[in-house]
Amino acid sequence: MSTGLNDNEIISKVLSGDKQAYAGLVNRYQNYVFTLALRFTKNREDAEEVAQDIFIKAYRSLADFRGASKFSTWLYTIVNNTCITFLRKKKLPMDSLDREGVFEAADSQESALRANLVEQKSRVAMVNNAINLLNPDDAEVITLFYKSEQSLEEIARILGLETNAVKVRLHRARTRLKEKMQHHFSEEVKDL
Amino acid sequence: MNTNYTNIPSGDEGLNGDMEERLWNYIDGSCDAGEKSVIDKLLENKAAWKLKYHELLEINEMLQSSGLEEPSLRFTKNVMEEIAKLHIAPATKTYINKKIIWGIAIFFITLIIGFMIYGFGQIDWTATSDSKLPVDFSKVDYSKIFNNTYVNAFMMINVVLGLFLLDRYFANKRKKFREDT
Repeated sequence: MSTGLNDNEIISKVLSGDKQAYAGLVNRYQNYVFTLALRFTKNREDAEEVAQDIFIKAYRSLADFRGASKFSTWLYTIVNNTCITFLRKKKLPMDSLDREGVFEAADSQESALRANLVEQKSRVAMVNNAINLLNPDDAEVITLFYKSEQSLEEIARILGLETNAVKVRLHRARTRLKEKMQHHFSEEVKDL
Repeated sequence: MNTNYTNIPSGDEGLNGDMEERLWNYIDGSCDAGEKSVIDKLLENKAAWKLKYHELLEINEMLQSSGLEEPSLRFTKNVMEEIAKLHIAPATKTYINKKIIWGIAIFFITLIIGFMIYGFGQIDWTATSDSKLPVDFSKVDYSKIFNNTYVNAFMMINVVLGLFLLDRYFANKRKKFREDT
């Protein structure tokens, strides 16, 4: 295990033949990658499979990482591409923010999520459940901004967008999240 | 962002999208000093802005405090078992063999020179002329040069060459983008 080493030091070790050092990167980023994958797949089994695939792809392409950006930014670019490919394969809606189907699909999860809330009635659970009700694009940008410690410029690189477009997307995502929380969890919001 | 902060709004425009957008930028710290001071003043003087600010701030805090999901305990082990069977692929740069690129370039350059030589070979250089120029262009039979299969083929090759160069241009842009990230 390579705890104590920074990302670039671990990468150097892996590139020089120490395969086991890669576990350090997996341990460090598994929750971030899994959370992002879950935003797209809406299903833990699929998210775990996709996250595993992402780490394998990252390992295979590690020689291409030149350190021009943070490793996390590079990794999240792979996350974004892999998740989009996953959605295409599954033929799930992914890019239309206004498509009704996205919200209908998300709403169908509401009862299960509310049941989950009964067990974990906390602010964290409520926010996570509300994020899960968003469409993948909105959920991704919120997760990248709030949980993955990425700046707007870094998110723009990951998503292949202009920084201003990311700002707009983030703003729109937060507005939708607020609506979801008011619509689905108004009682819980009052209780907190 | 089309926020105009040179004129301080009255604050009476209600809880509209622009207000939210500006407040989010303020909370994120992505607005400049001028916009920040305008928002500061609005928050001091306008109750609607203050109310909205606190509402958004609460959402922001909730989002910041929300945790990450965790995969199964075996996750790292599963990944390490998979990569044990794999090797790191060589860097993309090494895929591009410069010798092949140069070979293609030399082939096309030779082809172009060949056609130019052929074209000039069609001109009757021995024809007499009063002109001081060594070539009497009025007597050049252009139809001989530009109206045969070889010239058509030459033009086709140029089109292909153009498309090839365009492809290289976009490939370089892609490569640069990947290097940046």
